[in-house]
Amino acid sequence: MTARLRWRKFVSNFMLAMTGLCALVSVLVLFFILGYLLFNGGTSINWDFFTKLPKPVGEVGGGMANAIVGSGKILLLASLFGVPIGFLGGIYLAEFSGKGMAWVVRYAADLLNGVPSIVIGIFAYGLVVLPFKHFSALAGAFALGIMMIPITLRSTEEFLKGVPRMLREGAMALGASKSKTIVTVIVPAAYRGIMTAILLALARVAGETAPLLFTAFGNRFESHGWSQPTATLPVMIYTYAVSPYDDWHRQAWAAGLVLLGLVLIINILARTILSRGIAVPRS
Amino acid sequence: MQASAKPEFSVNITTNLTTPASRETSAALPMRMTISKLNFFYGPKQILFDINMGIADKRVTALIGPSGCGKSTLLRILNRMHETVATSRLDGEVLLDGQNIMAQDVTALRRRVGMVFQRPNPFPKSIFDNVAYGARINGFKGSLADTVEKSLRHAALWDEVKDHLHKSAYELSGGQQQRLCIARALAVEPEVLLMDEPCSALDPISTAKIEELMVELKNLTTIAIVTHNMQQAARVSDFTAFLLTGQIIEFSPTPQLFTTPSDPRTEAYITGRFG
Repeated sequence: MTARLRWRKFVSNFMLAMTGLCALVSVLVLFFILGYLLFNGGTSINWDFFTKLPKPVGEVGGGMANAIVGSGKILLLASLFGVPIGFLGGIYLAEFSGKGMAWVVRYAADLLNGVPSIVIGIFAYGLVVLPFKHFSALAGAFALGIMMIPITLRSTEEFLKGVPRMLREGAMALGASKSKTIVTVIVPAAYRGIMTAILLALARVAGETAPLLFTAFGNRFESHGWSQPTATLPVMIYTYAVSPYDDWHRQAWAAGLVLLGLVLIINILARTILSRGIAVPRS
Repeated sequence: MQASAKPEFSVNITTNLTTPASRETSAALPMRMTISKLNFFYGPKQILFDINMGIADKRVTALIGPSGCGKSTLLRILNRMHETVATSRLDGEVLLDGQNIMAQDVTALRRRVGMVFQRPNPFPKSIFDNVAYGARINGFKGSLADTVEKSLRHAALWDEVKDHLHKSAYELSGGQQQRLCIARALAVEPEVLLMDEPCSALDPISTAKIEELMVELKNLTTIAIVTHNMQQAARVSDFTAFLLTGQIIEFSPTPQLFTTPSDPRTEAYITGRFG
């Protein structure tokens, strides 16, 4: 009996130690990446990085001002394209669709979410780049926008469905029509969750490289308008990291740090939105 | 407040005997709503059987009965909230001021027949915006501030909230939230106010306040209340309908139902032998 008890205690302690260890490892990986990036990027980053254009091969120095602007432009356009489609589709899915239709759309959205990003890049290449006959910010934004649709759609649906039924009934009992109830009560009640999800979707596509490789392509100069090849941070990191030049490697690290900072800022923004305004208490 | 100060066992079933309503019979009063030959189904299951009753104008009508007897369903039919369940089916007639409610525009009907729910359900907005909501969506042109103040006064909440109208409604206590919901419903000046167990989630003091309010609101509107608290029905209502398994067993003036019930099942229920 006591031997058995001792064995059980041993198994318990052993498993406890294992789970703790694994939790520690997962955190350590993140901190290791962060630390490495901060060390390498931090030593290479300077003001020029944000303000100067890339220097020609062989010259030391220069920056990635064009890529920072390019990433911003493409993310903005991608959001303008992907968020409304996902948001309105999510409203339809949560509020209006029948069971069969909802199942099809939901399943398709989940599949789209699982499509490898490089495949979406090829799709955008075929649909936008080939007809226009050149790479463009538009094509890159199209690819990233497509990636934002399923995330926005599904999270809008989930957050709308999470709005307590009694809030809907309260609005309806005051003579609000269904569409009025959605606009004045349900969406405002779910707004913070939806906003957070959209920002996290944005943070996710901000780091995508593959769909931009043959859509926005890249550019060593400033690109005006939406129809020129455009430099972006992830593609710059890729190009600079595989190059044989030490200075470019350093700049790639700096770009990685800037990209991480951008994602961090978006995350903080999302959390700020979550903590402000009136939350619906969980019933 | 008065009711809660009394010892629990002296719940005043008899006080209504002294009010004018106790001598009235439902037949002598004008009816705001009449329900006739109402049968109601959820899918294949029949919930209500041949309901006939009236909701007297400027009076409180209570629906009592054990859980699952269909009293909440009956109440929700009065402003067509039952339609949120797709499989529901209804036979018979419900009239509001002599007009069939099923033939009217549902949003217009719900402005005339308001509802307060079992649990307080303020919107995630400020106190002011909650009360103003109904007026706003109905394209109200007058002074919102006046409407809000008047409604909050009618709901006996004004003095407690007048200095922080722009705070979140969720900062109020449960009882205050329920009175806010009453104010919100009153703001669209409904002809009938339906209350679905409005005190079941509240403490005794808040309950007493809302009961007191119901008696006062009789001057303003017509009230129908569902409760499974028999003492509450006895305290606040003028007429009481006792429902059992989807049928009205007895519908009479409240004092009569509680003192000299005509059906043995009513007597068994109000004396606590079941339910």
